[in-house]
Amino acid sequence: MKSSDQKPNQGDSRRDFLKKSSVITAIALTPGVAVKAAESNADERFAELFEKIPLKLTVNNKAYQTTVEPRVTLLDYLREELHLTGTKKGCDHGQCGACTVHVDGQRVNSCLSLAVMNEGKKITTIEGLANGDTLHPMQAAFIKHDGFQCGYCTPGQIMSAVACVREGHTNSRAEISEYMSGNICRCGAYPNIVDAIIEVKQGGETL
Amino acid sequence: MEKRILKDDNDRVDGILKVTGQAKYFAEYELPGLTYGVLVTSTITKGKITALDTKAAEKAPGVIAVISHLNKPSAPAYEQEGGPQMKIFYTDKIFYNGQPIAIVVANTFERATHAASLVKASYAKEEFNTDFEKALKDPKAKKLQGQADYKRGIENAYKTAEVKLEERYFLPIETHNPMELHGIIADWRPNNQLTVYAKTQGVKATQGTIANVFKIPMENIQVNSEFVGGGFGMALRTWPLEIATVMASKHIGKPVKVVITRMQMFTMVGNRPAAIQTIGLGANKDGKLTGITHRAYGETSTYENFTEGVVNMAKFMYQCDNVNTTYAIVPVDLGVPIWMRGPGEATGAFALESAIDEMAHALDMDPLDFRIKNDPETDQQKNKPFSSKNIKEAYKIGAEKIGWSNRKNKPGSLVEGPWQTGYGVSIGVFNANRGKASVKGILKADGSLLLQSATSDIGPGTGTGMTLIANKLMKIPVNKITFELGDSSLPPAPSQGGSATLSTVGSAVNDVCVALNSAIAELAANSNMDATANFIDVLKKNNLPQIEVTKESQGGKERDSYSMYSFSIHFVQVKVHSLTGVVKVSKIVSVGDSGTIVSPKTARSQMLGGAVGGIGMALTEESIIDHRYGRYINNNFADYHVPVNADVPEIDVNFINKPDPYINPMGAKGMGEIALIGFSAAVANAVFNATGKRIRTLPITPDKILA
Repeated sequence: MKSSDQKPNQGDSRRDFLKKSSVITAIALTPGVAVKAAESNADERFAELFEKIPLKLTVNNKAYQTTVEPRVTLLDYLREELHLTGTKKGCDHGQCGACTVHVDGQRVNSCLSLAVMNEGKKITTIEGLANGDTLHPMQAAFIKHDGFQCGYCTPGQIMSAVACVREGHTNSRAEISEYMSGNICRCGAYPNIVDAIIEVKQGGETL
Repeated sequence: MEKRILKDDNDRVDGILKVTGQAKYFAEYELPGLTYGVLVTSTITKGKITALDTKAAEKAPGVIAVISHLNKPSAPAYEQEGGPQMKIFYTDKIFYNGQPIAIVVANTFERATHAASLVKASYAKEEFNTDFEKALKDPKAKKLQGQADYKRGIENAYKTAEVKLEERYFLPIETHNPMELHGIIADWRPNNQLTVYAKTQGVKATQGTIANVFKIPMENIQVNSEFVGGGFGMALRTWPLEIATVMASKHIGKPVKVVITRMQMFTMVGNRPAAIQTIGLGANKDGKLTGITHRAYGETSTYENFTEGVVNMAKFMYQCDNVNTTYAIVPVDLGVPIWMRGPGEATGAFALESAIDEMAHALDMDPLDFRIKNDPETDQQKNKPFSSKNIKEAYKIGAEKIGWSNRKNKPGSLVEGPWQTGYGVSIGVFNANRGKASVKGILKADGSLLLQSATSDIGPGTGTGMTLIANKLMKIPVNKITFELGDSSLPPAPSQGGSATLSTVGSAVNDVCVALNSAIAELAANSNMDATANFIDVLKKNNLPQIEVTKESQGGKERDSYSMYSFSIHFVQVKVHSLTGVVKVSKIVSVGDSGTIVSPKTARSQMLGGAVGGIGMALTEESIIDHRYGRYINNNFADYHVPVNADVPEIDVNFINKPDPYINPMGAKGMGEIALIGFSAAVANAVFNATGKRIRTLPITPDKILA
């Protein structure tokens, strides 16, 4: 991707990035310089200076201020940088829903969102759903109805299920199934997942 | 250990960890100095690597090493002649498109990914063939015997029967696609000490394979695999990519993590091979089978042979004096297959169970009546009685629940607007295995029981089942029992495959509990306590903080006298849209006949999972190759369609739940495979009943309905 193709971000960081990325482009045009830089182990310092940009965001009510390469997805940032590994990588293409998190309350495939696109946003992951030792009603309902087997798609299913209830897409089994079809479960726990969502919906708690 | 706040004894023991994101899968372990490996793969299908330019990759930011056949780190088994052909980095040969040819290791995932794109390979290409049907037709292409030919009575007796049929059935390649991507973390330390975090169905198998390749003692290798995000068979072996990761760690002296991509899940970790099968059936006019012939061809690779039990079921599932089977494998230039849930039996059952339905139709009989009429009293293949079999009862339960009486024997009879309704039935059967396993039990004066075994849980709920066995035998509350698994240092157990874990490891849990109960009784007697004294009091009186027992358990001679199988009956109702050809499975009733149900909640879930997998096999799943290039073209979840929530109706799961008197102390037989085996045929049979169209090529997509 050329730098000019990048979607504009807001604020100073975007301008900084453009300035810095033009320097990277310049280096790329002169391979000799780049090679020399790499050989003298300067690449790490270059990367720090030119490749990473500042990022402020809140994850599970905790504020983070950091720098991150713009190519890092929100999913990889959560898993590899913050070690919040409850959010799962199943396809990295937005096709399976295992990486579903809430961004400002909306369900989002975190593999399709770059970390830097989430400047100033509030992220909730599966680790932020329970209230201390008290499970979120959806988590408890998934256990009760055995809405999983291997457990790998489960965090994404639960984040999606909570959003599904909030969105009001729970008026029938068919509607729930439709609005949960972005979350694949290869173990085949679908009927149990629908049962869990119905129970939470009928519980009537505000999620 | 996690805090237990389970509300129901039947809830999954690891449920809280799984719903809170605390369950750690292989890729989620934090190791100091962890590096990231990304695999470079071949872009040709057959030939040799003539040059590999790794300079640009090596100089890319953050890159630590690029490893390939050019700088292969020592792997003693690969340095010897013979052994497997696919010795990763010890060969410059390309056997299939997407074969790993190098691994790039960097300090971040993004840097490794980018650098891997900079590796350039040049090849000497050779002619190839990835088309199974083409290979089958080519008289020069190899066909290898996959299983000994079988014959009982007269060969091809169907040909002279009063009523006969001979049909050909095609199953495409399917890909396991567990939700968790495959990979491994390898941490090779000085003095040849290795720790791996693996996605494996067998920690001991992984340990053994690595020990064998690198010629280091098993004890030097610690394999951890507590949580596995699904396997369905693909994690039953240690794949070349895992060996490559170990090599990389050995080479750089740091831990290396590899998580392959979803696209690589189609080429690096096996698949269910395509199969072409011919079934010949003969019957007399009264509806008694007089001849069964099952001939099958399965796909395999050119560098390693793969066989499975495609024709097993035909030999015993129906009362018939004349049966013959053949099974051959046909190499093509693709990655080697591996067992996928139900394995070959599911492939075979699609053909056989479709043909049985076709014969019932030819005889103008209700397929249920035809099945019951030909239900075997004994196993004619082994010439032994079945240890337990309740098929007729299962047919009866399922027929009532699905509303079989609403079915019309004449296809296409139930029409409502554009929707045609049909009903189908099939049977699934799989060997009720029991292997050898060891379990250690530690009974503590604090009232808890710790059980340990190097078994796995890829999703069925191993820990939950084992806990319930111990709970029943020792009257210890479920929340005081812990079952540890997925650790190669624990007492050995076989890999989780072939529906054998509950039977195998559960028996060892049984034996441990019985031994612990005896030990407590003996201690009680020796210290003048009542025989019914609580074990906590007994241990305290004897000043023992704990007692410990390890038991190895395996079956005895019962298999000499009995034929042991698990059975399942699948009933489905489908609705077929006459204008668009869309098939919706609208109702499912499954009946499991697999002995005692030890863990009702997880057992029900396994049956659900089998039905969902069966819907995929029947209606949507097909790994498609562009044979001009030898590449998969639908290698992602958008194009390879596994069932989603909206594809699945409510599923009514029923169990016979009668103990098998012979198989093991619990009377429980395995269920993982039977949940899926035969299901696709029930759908095909229902589609026929709805429309009069017999689809013999899976998946049953709208184009085939409309054709």
